[in-house]
Amino acid sequence: MNVWLNFLIESLAFGAVFMYGSTGEILTEKAGHLNLGIPGIMCMGGAGGCLVLNIIGPMNLHPVLVVILGVLGSLAMSMLMGLIYSFLTVTLRANQNVTGLALTTFGVGLMKVIMIKLDPTVYLVGPKKIFRWPFAERTDALQYLGVLFFVAVAIALIASWVLYRTKVGLRLRAVGENPGTADAVGVNVTKYKYLATCIGSGIAGLGGFYNIIDYQASQEAYLSLEAFGWLSIALVIFALWRPHMTIIGSTVFGFLFSCSSYIANIEGITVTMAAKPLLKMLPYVVTILVLIITSIRNKRENQPPASLGLAYFREER
Amino acid sequence: MSEQKKTAAHEPLFHLAKRSSVNPVAAMGIRLAAIVLGLLVCGLVAFALIEKLQNNPGKIGDFYYSFIKGSFTSERKLWKFLKNMAVLQCISLAVTPAFRMRFWNIGAEGQTLMGVLGAITMAFYFGGKVPEWQLLIMMFIAALIYGAVWAVIPALFKAKWNTNETLFTLMMNYVATYVVSYFLVIWVPSGSSTLGKLKFGKLPPLPFGNQYLLIILISLALTIFLFIYLKYSKQGYEISVVGESIRTAQYSGINVKKVIIRTMVVSGLLCGLAGFIIGAGLDQSVTTESVGGQGFTAIIVSWLANFNPLFMIVTSALISLLNSGAAQISQDFNVSGALPDVIVGIILFFIIGCEFFINYKFVFRHKETGKGAAK
Repeated sequence: MNVWLNFLIESLAFGAVFMYGSTGEILTEKAGHLNLGIPGIMCMGGAGGCLVLNIIGPMNLHPVLVVILGVLGSLAMSMLMGLIYSFLTVTLRANQNVTGLALTTFGVGLMKVIMIKLDPTVYLVGPKKIFRWPFAERTDALQYLGVLFFVAVAIALIASWVLYRTKVGLRLRAVGENPGTADAVGVNVTKYKYLATCIGSGIAGLGGFYNIIDYQASQEAYLSLEAFGWLSIALVIFALWRPHMTIIGSTVFGFLFSCSSYIANIEGITVTMAAKPLLKMLPYVVTILVLIITSIRNKRENQPPASLGLAYFREER
Repeated sequence: MSEQKKTAAHEPLFHLAKRSSVNPVAAMGIRLAAIVLGLLVCGLVAFALIEKLQNNPGKIGDFYYSFIKGSFTSERKLWKFLKNMAVLQCISLAVTPAFRMRFWNIGAEGQTLMGVLGAITMAFYFGGKVPEWQLLIMMFIAALIYGAVWAVIPALFKAKWNTNETLFTLMMNYVATYVVSYFLVIWVPSGSSTLGKLKFGKLPPLPFGNQYLLIILISLALTIFLFIYLKYSKQGYEISVVGESIRTAQYSGINVKKVIIRTMVVSGLLCGLAGFIIGAGLDQSVTTESVGGQGFTAIIVSWLANFNPLFMIVTSALISLLNSGAAQISQDFNVSGALPDVIVGIILFFIIGCEFFINYKFVFRHKETGKGAAK
């Protein structure tokens, strides 16, 4: 296959990790919660899925069942993390930044403790082929486009539709912009915040699972998850809080992130060792630029949700 | 009449109200209870994760004893504990001025790392070429400048265009990481990208006492300085006013933009100083992991202390204690090195959560309907 096309597909596949992470984070941020626990949540999502695969591995289940159970394990673990976060920040009105950072510390640590105990020959070698259906036998970049990749694209599109085309989405955005007003018109603010955070965490957790089981599919994959989590938070800004934009954004991110290792294979381009870190820096620099440009242009629809980071207490004036 | 009864029945059992004043003794009690509760949950989690404990439940006493053993059982451990605490305290102090004006600077990790890089850059290029004391001064100045520059960039954009500072400073952390790895590639052409310990530019220990004493004294002096700066200086007062309400600050003639930029410069300088301590005082080298997440931990430390530099001594001690205790557990019970993060995380959840019970109170129904109306 053409080298560039191959590269594009790999960027897409890599980007799906961020698609999950940032779609999840967008839902949470739309409810007014800046969840810095996403790296920890993604890690735990990965650990949860692998834990289940490790248990069911010897049972020789039907492939479809393996996929479903793995996904459920991942969802359960990451939604549990989301529940911890929303209990602390919504019900107990704790500082979101601090809670998120604590959640990341906890999640990354627990994932490492769990993953070391699991057996990669059980949770990885067999399931990898199942999860990479339908292109598992290919040797080019197409092999990475497995079941969970298509799920990622679907979730991003559905999330956009829900957020911007349905009543539920309108209410959710109202909660994030001005919870007091939403409360006044009868929206159950607490319920919306809880659901958005937990569902968002579940989606983000799948990203961690996808990275371990499909995209990287190696037993060291979990070590890079934390960095991908932070990058997902960056991508939210890049996508201007629109889930469908994460598909484009994450491909660009995947492209920028992997081009440092990929670009050397392309004829006519030579990269020195010193340029590699600079290339890897690009996604972050581009994010900063997007952040600056949107704040200078100051268009209302491109801004972060107005109550982002603030706890809502009904009786406060 | 019946209508009234109906509405009364729908009144919830209790509702929440903000406490108007917080009793410090009660607050301490609640926090202690939270920590104890957190430790109990840690014990349960330990049972789930540590095989040695499952086989021999009697070892649970050793599990808790590790928190003391990790820091206090030998003089060496005690000094190490104090050193860790001093470094964490420095970074926590650095983030505090910005937090007091509600500028959510979560870039301390990157600012400190740039401080380390600044110091080591000087040591790398000028080590051995200029006298050691001159080199140390150059390292000191470079560290402060690097840290301040890294902090002031987001502040400028915040002041001019109200760019979201949380996300901006978060990104700056990663840019800093790759700046460091860029220089490592240039400095270490062999390709290993690890810079060994440099021979020059070591902060000399005091002629008496432990090798870490100087660092501890610096951090203590810094604590007192920052306490006075925030509480008694005009600039500190301006920071508090901006934090309370930007409108009030504007009406009373405070130049908010100037305060934002100046405060972030102070934060950055202090982060740079922490970087100097790490670079010149401890490591004499730089890696992308030189700060090792302490920039993020510092945010938690500062917040737990309610942004008060003196309380921060207690909170940074607590976090250091938990960290070295949990490290001791991983060593004694043969578990993965990531266990400390799990334990610290759990206890943090409890401490974070308990703040709610300090700041809010439950008002129950019968109280309200009785004589509560006057309140």
